[in-house]
Amino acid sequence: MSIEHLILRVVIKIMFAPILLFALYVQFHGDYGPGGGFQAGVIFAVGFILHALVMGLDETKRVLPVGGLKVLMVVGFLFYAGTGALTMLLGGNLLGYDALDPQSTHHAGQHYGILLVEFGVGVTVASTMLMIFYHFAGREPEIHDEDW
Amino acid sequence: MNGAETAITSNVLVDLSLLTMLAAVAFFMLRSRHLFVIVMLSGIYSLLSAALFVSLDAVDVAFTEAAVGAGISTVLMLGAMLLTVRREKPARSGRSVIASVVIALVGSALIYATIDMPPFGSASTPANSYIGEVYVERTAKEIAVPNIVTAVLASYRGFDTLGETMVIFTAGIGVMLLLGAGSPRGGRAVKDVDDNSRRKEKSP
Repeated sequence: MSIEHLILRVVIKIMFAPILLFALYVQFHGDYGPGGGFQAGVIFAVGFILHALVMGLDETKRVLPVGGLKVLMVVGFLFYAGTGALTMLLGGNLLGYDALDPQSTHHAGQHYGILLVEFGVGVTVASTMLMIFYHFAGREPEIHDEDW
Repeated sequence: MNGAETAITSNVLVDLSLLTMLAAVAFFMLRSRHLFVIVMLSGIYSLLSAALFVSLDAVDVAFTEAAVGAGISTVLMLGAMLLTVRREKPARSGRSVIASVVIALVGSALIYATIDMPPFGSASTPANSYIGEVYVERTAKEIAVPNIVTAVLASYRGFDTLGETMVIFTAGIGVMLLLGAGSPRGGRAVKDVDDNSRRKEKSP
């Protein structure tokens, strides 16, 4: 266990949780402020990329294994498409979210629908970005300081 | 009246300084041959354009630009850079006449096209009148979501966004296939370039 880049390690350990929390805020606050699934997914992935840059890729792969990411990529997309299928099964159009709560007077169905599809987008974007990073970074086993 | 005018000038000043910095960063990117410097400058370029989008009141776009442009793509470019040499090959020094003529023609055509553009901030631009106006009017009644951008993205254009998610998913699959996720070693530490020849290339 080396203690290279001690300051970076400490800073990342402090920053890691707030970054993920901010990603979740952006994810679920998308209908009230700027943000949404795409941005949240990217911020979530960036948290783990920072972790990988400082702690090493193998450490991050222990936290989030490649196999799990593969599943999450598909699950996110199917979550989105499944919401569309659900609205059709409930008698509405594809992605016509009003069918989720037809009795609502303030379009609650639209809120549910937007939250559901944004969640799907977020999961797919986060796992795909991390997957791409894993593959680029995984080709070089170790980055030496003199390589820069 | 006076206050409104000062607000506009300060806004214009911010825009002008951001655009100047964008041009300067782009110029240094063109001049530099060191790939690490170019990648870092492209991150700065994205961050500056994100600031410009904020000043244009397009916070959603700015957010995406800052997260994707300055965050992810800088890291991915660094990752890609590790797989190649650190310096760009020197370009041929001969100036091509055809290239200069094409640049002059395209440049003047673009400047000529800006004459027809509506004035900055005009309410009667095509983007602000037809479908955009309809979205602004109807979102409060039909979707009841405060952020109109989210309403358009996830509800009115939900099918488009489904396609975009599909595109990202496909991009991930493509990278996995190209960089060898299916290999027995799980895509890790694939050495297709001889290490010695790489070190030789790297040293200037």
